[in-house]
Amino acid sequence: MKIALLGQPNSGKSTIFNHVAGYKAVTSNFPGKTVKYETTKFKLFDQLVELVDLPGTYSLTSFDLAELEARKYLLNNNIDVVVNVLDASLLSRSLELTLQLLELRLPMVVCLNMIDEAERKGIRIDIQKLSEILGVPVVSTVALKGKGVKELFSVANQTGMAKKPGKELKFSKDVEDIVSQLSFQIKDEKFKSKPNTPRRFLALKYLENDNYFIENIKTSDKKNLKKIEYFQNLLEESHGRHSDVVISSERHHLSMNIYESVVMLQKPHKSLIDYLDNVLMHSFFGYIFLGLIMFLFFNTVFGIGQMIEEPLLDYLYRLIPLVENNINSATLLFSIISGIIQGLAGGIAIVLPYLFPFLFGLAVLEDLGYLPRIAFLLDAFLHKIGLHGKAIIPFMLGYGCTVPAILATRILESERDRFIASVLSTMIPCAARMTIIFALVAFYISPQAALTIYILNLIVIVVSGKVLSSLLPEVTPGMILEIPAYHIPSIKVVLAKTWLRMKEFIFVAWPLIIVGSTLLSLLQYFKLDTIINQFFSPLTLLLGLPIVVGTTLVFGILRKELSMLMLVQAIGTSDVISVMSATQIMTYTIFIIFYIPCIATIAVLWREIGSKRTLFTMAFTFSIAVALGVITRFIY
Amino acid sequence: MTMTLDAIKENQKVKVIRVSGGWGIRQRLGCLGIHPGDMITIKKSAIMRGPILINIHGNQVALGRGIASRIFVEVIV
Repeated sequence: MKIALLGQPNSGKSTIFNHVAGYKAVTSNFPGKTVKYETTKFKLFDQLVELVDLPGTYSLTSFDLAELEARKYLLNNNIDVVVNVLDASLLSRSLELTLQLLELRLPMVVCLNMIDEAERKGIRIDIQKLSEILGVPVVSTVALKGKGVKELFSVANQTGMAKKPGKELKFSKDVEDIVSQLSFQIKDEKFKSKPNTPRRFLALKYLENDNYFIENIKTSDKKNLKKIEYFQNLLEESHGRHSDVVISSERHHLSMNIYESVVMLQKPHKSLIDYLDNVLMHSFFGYIFLGLIMFLFFNTVFGIGQMIEEPLLDYLYRLIPLVENNINSATLLFSIISGIIQGLAGGIAIVLPYLFPFLFGLAVLEDLGYLPRIAFLLDAFLHKIGLHGKAIIPFMLGYGCTVPAILATRILESERDRFIASVLSTMIPCAARMTIIFALVAFYISPQAALTIYILNLIVIVVSGKVLSSLLPEVTPGMILEIPAYHIPSIKVVLAKTWLRMKEFIFVAWPLIIVGSTLLSLLQYFKLDTIINQFFSPLTLLLGLPIVVGTTLVFGILRKELSMLMLVQAIGTSDVISVMSATQIMTYTIFIIFYIPCIATIAVLWREIGSKRTLFTMAFTFSIAVALGVITRFIY
Repeated sequence: MTMTLDAIKENQKVKVIRVSGGWGIRQRLGCLGIHPGDMITIKKSAIMRGPILINIHGNQVALGRGIASRIFVEVIV
């Protein structure tokens, strides 16, 4: 049994998916976070079920990358049943996709998710009646609380076994006549690209001038293209609108009719959260609150981190003399053991104390639904660097980790915007680089100095954005972004998400850090580090840094936090300030923030923007890092 | 009188007359429930020619000025 979850963005598909899969797909309260599909297998009534979580799809007629991906999946895989997830509080609009799915003639279940939110808004839905009209089972759920999910899958299972598609809902007569004439032609001719694509569905896509299907016909079958154009013109002439508008208006009217016959509107229950936007999106207070929220956020993260880092670091570094008492410090064994201890200690004491509160806070902001509000507030500013408001979403995620940030650039419409946003995302200090800023600069110099780095970073990003957009002078398409209702974050989901992101550090980065510091110990033991340091000495001298930090720069490409942890090891003390001056710490940190993205980022860039542009990004960020490093050296 | 959506003041209610623009914009706006004949309330207008926030079929949508200027509407009094 193969079940696919499909629905409009932010309707709760991933939340339902996570319910059966464990927390595997990242959920947030903004439209478009699932950019590629996730699958899981689970047992349902002794039957193995494969569940696919497809990216949010407004419509099956689209130009959007993620949406096309979802449609391709639906058409090319043998899906037993589609679970169409709807945000019940947006029923009228969501039904338009449901109608398109019915056109596909696949067995289907409609899931009215967030039914509690709909009722709060005063929307009471007659589920029985809706099910009769559509000819498919309808189940209501509150996925965030897990309500109704079990029933949903049991109904989906039955529907999949019965293999019965829903009703074919017809448009108004004059339009339907043209549609059926074209479907009839499709039956006669061989212009069906796939044998099991329903004729009416194909006819509609042709009439809607859907790029993919029209291109297909253009290359394979010029004669039939003429026929399609004939019917398109027929619709346009009789309705005085583009043929795609005629079809989408038909669906719109049909869904409005269904909506009106199944919904009883009641008085909405207003709560405090409905008034939140009056301040958070206010044209003056909105910005004050944005500044305040960001300041509080970073301050809290630093406060918590510092409170834990200091005692923990002291405690763990006391282990080294302990080992020294038992093993001769000149032996290879000692080198290895002390390398392992330093790697372990660095992970526990330096990185985790900042990483956890940061990721936790970011998850809260995401689930609350604050990110789209930031996009609204900052749209005008982002236009100044040639992007639009939605670009703020990858940027915000970039403060967590650059890899998901680059994937999130897919929510931008134009290729140029995606490229610029990707390059700029690599310069945003991710959580790994944040730990460097906090644990080195804020800890040894001052929190103000750390703040200066963040401000400098923003300035550099703005200037780089200006440079890149003037090199690629294309107008960004305007922003179209849904601003979802606020959701009170569920502590369970927030913790699960924080854990999912921490796992990346614990299971991927940390072992790498331990291996890295052991390797450095070995290099030092065999005096090989001096060769590497010598090789990088032109760079370190230029930046005015101690020659021993050369090796750490190489390791920083593997993982950014690695360079800091190895710095401690390379200079031979955890009291960095006794060896490096404040200027050197500043220079080092600024250089590390900007120079060449880490290896995981390079890999994802390569896939998303191609090899040439990735190499450009590496060269671009490296030159910025060197320039800023040298400037810092002389002016700080 | 027909105006473009970006010229409408906060808290006014309008009816969509038509959307001028290519296939992509028509489709995307249609998906969000913006078709000729639909009612829109303008909730907020950001500073510095920033986006406008509208209420459409009980949902909030932010539209950049450029997009808003392609939506022709009629003010409902």
